[in-house]
Amino acid sequence: MTQLALVIDLNVCVGCHACVTSCKQWNTSGWAGPMVDENAYDANPTGTFFNRVQTYEIGSFPSTETVHFPKSCLHCEDPPCVPVCPTGASYKREDNGVVLVDYDKCIGCKYCSWACPYGVRELDEQQKVMKKCTLCIDRITDQTLPEAERQPACVLACPTNARLYGDVHDPDAEVSVAIRERGGYALMPEWGTKPANHYLPRQKNRMHVSEEDLQRSDNPLTKEDITVYSGEETLDDVSW
Amino acid sequence: MHPAFSVIFLTTLIGAGQGLFLALFTGQLYSTVHLVEEQPGSFYAVGSAIALALLVAGLGASFFHLGRPERAWRAAAMWRTSWLSREVIVLPAMMGIVFFYGLFHWAGWTQPFVVFGDGALPVDATFVLGMLGVVVALALYVSTGMIYASVKFLEEWHSPYTVVNFMFLGTASGFMLAAAYSALLNNHLVGFFGTWAVIATLLGLATRIASLLRNASLKHQSTLQTAIGIRHRSIEQKSQGFSAGSFNTREFFHHQSPATLKLVRNAFIVLVFPVPIALIVLGYLLESPTLPVVAFSLQYLGLLAERWYFFAEAEHPQNLYYQHVS
Repeated sequence: MTQLALVIDLNVCVGCHACVTSCKQWNTSGWAGPMVDENAYDANPTGTFFNRVQTYEIGSFPSTETVHFPKSCLHCEDPPCVPVCPTGASYKREDNGVVLVDYDKCIGCKYCSWACPYGVRELDEQQKVMKKCTLCIDRITDQTLPEAERQPACVLACPTNARLYGDVHDPDAEVSVAIRERGGYALMPEWGTKPANHYLPRQKNRMHVSEEDLQRSDNPLTKEDITVYSGEETLDDVSW
Repeated sequence: MHPAFSVIFLTTLIGAGQGLFLALFTGQLYSTVHLVEEQPGSFYAVGSAIALALLVAGLGASFFHLGRPERAWRAAAMWRTSWLSREVIVLPAMMGIVFFYGLFHWAGWTQPFVVFGDGALPVDATFVLGMLGVVVALALYVSTGMIYASVKFLEEWHSPYTVVNFMFLGTASGFMLAAAYSALLNNHLVGFFGTWAVIATLLGLATRIASLLRNASLKHQSTLQTAIGIRHRSIEQKSQGFSAGSFNTREFFHHQSPATLKLVRNAFIVLVFPVPIALIVLGYLLESPTLPVVAFSLQYLGLLAERWYFFAEAEHPQNLYYQHVS
């Protein structure tokens, strides 16, 4: 079974919000209708987004670190938002594991948003239906696109390659290798939702420079010169 | 959570409607076995009409909760998995039973099919409808309560207390309304309904206080550490990703001060429990036609506050992600 997902590398995310804007651009222009904004150029702007980038400060001054944290639907393998939906508008695709909302069936009761511990579902204030990340389902399943472009808009937009995309059930996929070898973790594991999206932790890149790296210990000039000098003229003093 | 008045009115109105139906049928059962004075069919018919009106009003209120109410009929589809869907099926069933129960009483179609035990227990259509109604009313309380109790992330709600509170408090207000109705008609059932109303109110008091105590010492499973998966004791949000509000900040926060919450809690503890009990007892002793009505009205007002607090008290784990604007 395929489970498409994102793996987000917190090590390289710089918090530029390119994934947010590219997501909004792609999904607001699609067949599913706009993701509406209200007061976009006024006080208190608000709107529908599938993806947000948040910023956290870890530690206390002066030993602090800033972590940018992109947050979108995690496409849980056991999504709690799906069974609570009274109309069946919320569903998980059998073929690729993407959790979707059928906007034509949604009655806007918001129950699914209550049943999501991550707060990644947002009610569209004008269309009055629940919206969420589709993993750009209209891109990734579009066979007319070249294969390299069959990826979510956020993944293509990320300038630091902090967003990896693929099938987390395929052990050889880039995402699976990244999760396995770089300590990929799931959010709020205590709820047993088994999020498909994973995050790669911050890793400190420390250089270990030893004395031997700086000075060539086996330099033949230093190694083999065993003469003991005592102020007499040496070969170095000879001008050629 | 943000307390939405649509849902507050839905749960309190249908709770009282179901409770009133349970009260009417309890009265019928008792009068069948001659424990209380027999009432004319019109008593049950008008009572059922009031119960039906409450159920319809509750259903009407629930539509204001929906973004697309014109599609509400779709909500019956997923009854296998969703308690909300089950409620959507059970509520109209309850309405239908209450309607026919009232209609049969009004039309006087109460000829017994069979009579058990030398005329002690005649079984007529209203008896069958009533028994069915009791089952459906209990199923509706369970469905309504389970909508909230089944969401395990909302730990304040994820408890059997939620279901029993809905059941006892709804039953209490229904019997209180039945007592008020009897008092207005000046019949002798005020004491009977009043006694049951006091019993249900006391049961509700026990379970509601128990749930308040439980929630006061509740330790949430999710923390900011598990939310973003970083192991450090000191994590502070610097930006939630947008400068003003979003659905996340509107739907999951009550935006009220702790003092307001405390005030509402104290208000409902007073209005739902001691005040109506005192008034109904006083009304019974003074044979007042209006005091039971006041008792019901104040208890209903208190239940609105109770439900408001029920929503406001629940802390959704998604709130961990929305602590700081920028």
